[in-house]
Amino acid sequence: MPTALLTDIHANREAFDACVEHARRQGATRFVFLGDLVGYGADPGYVVEQVAEHVARGDIAVLGNHDAAVADPDVGMNAYARAAIDWTRDTLDATQKAFLATLPMQAEDGDCLYVHSEASQPAQWHYVQNAGVAERSLNATQKHVTFCGHVHRPQLYHMAPGKPPVCFIPSAGVGIPLSKSRRWLAVLGSVGQPRDDIPSASYAIFDRTRALLSFHRAPYDIEKAANKIKQAGLPAILSARLYIGR
Amino acid sequence: MSKQPLVEGSTLDGFLIGEKLHTGGMATLWRVTRDDIDVPIVMKVPMILDGDDATTIVGFEMEQMILPMLSGQHVPKLFAIGDFARQPYIVMEYIDGESLLPLLDTAPRPVDEVVSIGARVARALSELHRQHVLHLDIKPSNIMIRKSGEAAFIDFGLSRHEMLPDLLAEEFHLPMGTGPYISPEQILRNRTDPRSDIFSLGVLLYHLLTKQRPFGFPRNNRGLRKRLWRDPTPLRAINPDIPPWLQEIVLRCLEIDPANRYPTAAQLAFDLQHPAEVKLSRRAERTRRDSMSVAWRRWWKTVTSDPKPATDMSAQMQQARIVLAAVDLSPGMEILAEQLRVHVRNVLETHPGMRLACVNVLKTARIGMHYPLDESGRNIHVQRLVELKEWARPLGEWAEQVTFHVLEHPDPAAALIEYVRSNHVDHVLIGARASSTLRRYLGSVSSQVVAEAPCTVTVVRVASTNLAHLEHANTPQPEVADT
Repeated sequence: MPTALLTDIHANREAFDACVEHARRQGATRFVFLGDLVGYGADPGYVVEQVAEHVARGDIAVLGNHDAAVADPDVGMNAYARAAIDWTRDTLDATQKAFLATLPMQAEDGDCLYVHSEASQPAQWHYVQNAGVAERSLNATQKHVTFCGHVHRPQLYHMAPGKPPVCFIPSAGVGIPLSKSRRWLAVLGSVGQPRDDIPSASYAIFDRTRALLSFHRAPYDIEKAANKIKQAGLPAILSARLYIGR
Repeated sequence: MSKQPLVEGSTLDGFLIGEKLHTGGMATLWRVTRDDIDVPIVMKVPMILDGDDATTIVGFEMEQMILPMLSGQHVPKLFAIGDFARQPYIVMEYIDGESLLPLLDTAPRPVDEVVSIGARVARALSELHRQHVLHLDIKPSNIMIRKSGEAAFIDFGLSRHEMLPDLLAEEFHLPMGTGPYISPEQILRNRTDPRSDIFSLGVLLYHLLTKQRPFGFPRNNRGLRKRLWRDPTPLRAINPDIPPWLQEIVLRCLEIDPANRYPTAAQLAFDLQHPAEVKLSRRAERTRRDSMSVAWRRWWKTVTSDPKPATDMSAQMQQARIVLAAVDLSPGMEILAEQLRVHVRNVLETHPGMRLACVNVLKTARIGMHYPLDESGRNIHVQRLVELKEWARPLGEWAEQVTFHVLEHPDPAAALIEYVRSNHVDHVLIGARASSTLRRYLGSVSSQVVAEAPCTVTVVRVASTNLAHLEHANTPQPEVADT
């Protein structure tokens, strides 16, 4: 049963729809959302409702720092993110906010762990951006595979017993068998705000029965998503960076 | 990690364990059967001893990751993989054939035989590289010759897939390979270059031709590193009967810098299959190794230069592709031939490492093969070759990359398709004659090549405004099935 994993959607409706459609075409039947449904983009209400519907059907979603900042203005972020989240707070209705408030910090699912950022202190929102942080995260769990987001650049760490983890930069569309003799930490790229210099929406599919992980890219209507950000009066950089994936 | 020792007669995941075929340093091989599989299969089980035997485990992991991504006759077909959590194993096709190992005992082998083996192994390597996999342990015991004559590789324990994590590279800080065969860059821990396999194949060919190992059988790191700066004795100094073109090929495989070797295994196979077309350089004539002063300068470079960055395998192979121009030399086809040359020139300009094979098919009678002479007694084959070279004359600046081939065959399309297959051609450029009702019914050479050639095919036509003129020019011509 292939599971699609989407993270850092950031209220980008066009990118979200493109990934869901792409994943269904690849045979994905389950969905997992690794946080940051909102922030930056102009369609927070749509994305929250879509994810809420998935969760109601039994899919899984966890909390991201932007989601947490909707209810808690003290969550630290830069000026652009702050401006976007203040706007988001005013835009979401009470039901949508209530849904975000129900999201857990992390979720376990068989031999997988889902979390938004580094897993040893998930509420600290540390970025898994090098082997040292990856090792801390991997040491915080016994699970075979950890999936996280937050970094906006796809990476795959693997750790053999007694060795430090090693980083691998995956190619899109290639199934990678996740060997049982080591443990894995998949940092997924962002659906709604990719930052690896590739503008297409980034997500992954995990086929648990075959232990096969594929990173994917879904092209989407960037023009439309960017225009909505402009029309909402959000900082110009948030729309401009969508075109270059940075 | 082995939970319980396997014995003949026991079962594992539905496989009935049969006779033990082989016990090696890294794994044991068992003949096994399962009711739903009706071809001979074997189970490979890693020898995992207590204590630190990590390379065996990781090598087996790599093999388990890579084998499912491979297909074709040059690799064993995979049937099942056993989980590390219980009992690791790989069940694969039993390859009925001989490895190349016994041949070493009877070296030197005849030139024709070694060339034939070399071409088959190079073709198999080309197929492996096209599937993004470097073998990185090419040696006689890892190459099987199937009953069909095709070469197949076994043991992917040191291999690397371009798009998968390289578990071995990250975890071990020693060169990985087999002493006599390992390439200079593998010694420097670069596991990203497909030309490493070409180097190892060069060692094998050298050994089969001369009965000597070009770099000996080093047992320590210092001995291994010698090949970073010391070139091997030219083959003809050992056996003068080896033709210069073959020395050219083998020494080119053994170049220290991968950039000086064949850029792809397909290009190596091409030369082995077309000795007359091999471009001879100073390598062909060498009678001794480089002087010690040259060798010392190289040694100094190895100790002072920075490690080279990883090779982008796909980009490198893309640059060095083999392109076939199917040239129609029939009267009335001049404009089309010129148009074809324009497109060929575009491809040459954008791919500096490519090889261009200019091919013309001389249609022969289906029965009664004879060497064709025209009425005035000229050899038509030679005449075609002359015309083909004349066609390519404006491409003179690329002369080093261009070869010429006149194929004699009753069916031009079949001849071209067979040529594409056996030479691992990556791209065909072929002209299509103007359409006519008759041609639509009979099918054209170009449309058959498009349908059946296992590569990219570009069909070149003369722009439509000229078609009327061409149709007219062609009217007196019958449906000559020529290219």
